[in-house]
Amino acid sequence: MSLRSRFLLPARVWMALFFAAPMAIVLSYSFLTRGEYGGVEQPWTVENFIRLADPIYLSILWRSIWIAGLSTALCALLGFPLALFISRSGRRRNLYLQLVLLPFWTSFLVRTYAWLFILRDTGLVNTVLMRLNIIATPMQLLYNDRAVLLGLVCNFLPFFVLPMYATLERLDPALLEAAADLGARPFATLRRVIIPVSAPGFVAGSVLVFIPCLGAYLTPDLLGGGKTVMLGNLVQNQFTTARDWPFGSAASLVLMLASALLLASLMRSRMARELT
Amino acid sequence: MQPVLELRHVSKDFPGHRAVDNISLELPRGGFYALLGPSGCGKTTTLRMIGGFEQPSAGDVLLNGSVVNALKPFERDVSTVFQSYALFPHLTALRNVEFGLRERKLADREPRAMRALELVQLTGKQDRTPAQLSGGEKQRVALARSLVLEPQILLLDEPLAALDPKLRKEMRAELKAMQRKTGITFLFVTHDQEEALSMSDKVAVMNQGHIEQFGTPEEVYLRPATPFVAGFLGAINWFGKTGVRPESTRVSRDKPDGVPCRRAAIESSLFFGNRVHVNSVLDEGGLAVAELSREQNHFEEGEAVWIHWEPADELHFE
Repeated sequence: MSLRSRFLLPARVWMALFFAAPMAIVLSYSFLTRGEYGGVEQPWTVENFIRLADPIYLSILWRSIWIAGLSTALCALLGFPLALFISRSGRRRNLYLQLVLLPFWTSFLVRTYAWLFILRDTGLVNTVLMRLNIIATPMQLLYNDRAVLLGLVCNFLPFFVLPMYATLERLDPALLEAAADLGARPFATLRRVIIPVSAPGFVAGSVLVFIPCLGAYLTPDLLGGGKTVMLGNLVQNQFTTARDWPFGSAASLVLMLASALLLASLMRSRMARELT
Repeated sequence: MQPVLELRHVSKDFPGHRAVDNISLELPRGGFYALLGPSGCGKTTTLRMIGGFEQPSAGDVLLNGSVVNALKPFERDVSTVFQSYALFPHLTALRNVEFGLRERKLADREPRAMRALELVQLTGKQDRTPAQLSGGEKQRVALARSLVLEPQILLLDEPLAALDPKLRKEMRAELKAMQRKTGITFLFVTHDQEEALSMSDKVAVMNQGHIEQFGTPEEVYLRPATPFVAGFLGAINWFGKTGVRPESTRVSRDKPDGVPCRRAAIESSLFFGNRVHVNSVLDEGGLAVAELSREQNHFEEGEAVWIHWEPADELHFE
């Protein structure tokens, strides 16, 4: 055995046990029939995938793509100026980066529950607004798409800011001077130089936000109140309450496929750009 | 005629040190000028103040007779060729050259940009991105990008420093030809005295934030105003307070008549192909270098000789 393969052996074993084997299980489940009390039974079938083409499930797929896309756009809208600001802050930028990472010190679950306490009828926002007599009855802030978006953007914003910052930090300051020298005002420099040159940061940040958002189930479950069903919730329900493991497996495979296709198309367009 | 650029008692302070100290300079329109000096002498800061990237701490920068101190780079009719070229990596050569034309909302941008690329001999490479261009080609794009705007004055920050030595020498003649062809005033910054002397109409020699001398290459080389200028523009042998260039320094075995001379011993000779540098140690202390032709060098190491020169070749300083 060569040194190289010896070094790779632990990683290979790990990937085989905890990635390849579960994937094979999910793949095989997706072609089996539902057992009466959960689990799976013979015969083999493609019925689960045909069921996914049902308009109800297709609409869940589109909805997931829509919400994940919207979250990504919001993260970009908030994250780009923030990353730009941090990259131009000189010595304080390490402090600001720490602040961006601060939410990771608490659990994802705790952060999502915190929003419940802030947004519910007897929560912080409604209580304050009612005490100030701005509103008479509590506003319905929870259990809708907006609450889900808020939760997703909050949780995934750092995933956009960090790669964006890494790209902007490497931006050659001489490019900005050259743009100004050629007559570009600051906004034109932003539009014609900074944004196009930092496109790789947009791509990396968007991928890091979009893919986990697409498969999110905790945030839509807690903040969407089960009304805002996304693909992740569908998968979760099939394995728990519905006890339809084959269908859940099929749905999760479709989710994975959607993410993989998106990644592949991005890599391809990037490679195409670099080759020309 | 009004100078295209005038600096009036300009100073620039940075925290802890004064980069430029009370310099004044007038550049007549249409010439090729150099700011020459060692690193840290303030030449790049001066260029950046003209370009609008730094504000003077005191004094005025005038373009065509009007003070432009407060104008931002995008409000000034000057353009800079950056040392790193600073080409936009996401744009082709043509789009790089069009960048400024687009900001100025000028008509027929593409034909103008193509003509500029033709001027810098890049026809046929307009669709390449900077990553697909060589160092020399990148510099040509940077030049075209600035020249196409027909600025009042073109600033070049160490334009040849990043090129390999052979290309650097070729570009000297080409840059000068471009200046003559376009009639645009060129001001370039360099630490290479040969570059400054060979290309410029006039050279401003800077040292420690001051301009020590501003004159034609012949003036600054043959009649340096200060010992610093004399030493920076070329090697010099010091005989007390008198300076003599190596090419004016002679060596002989017999004592020469009627000219100043010193006793010395040959230390070594360095062969450069077309010339020889003979190094000697003066009996009174100190070293002297004589630049001789191959035929003139018939001295042995350790040999006792006379070093002499013509009084007309002496450089004197107050």
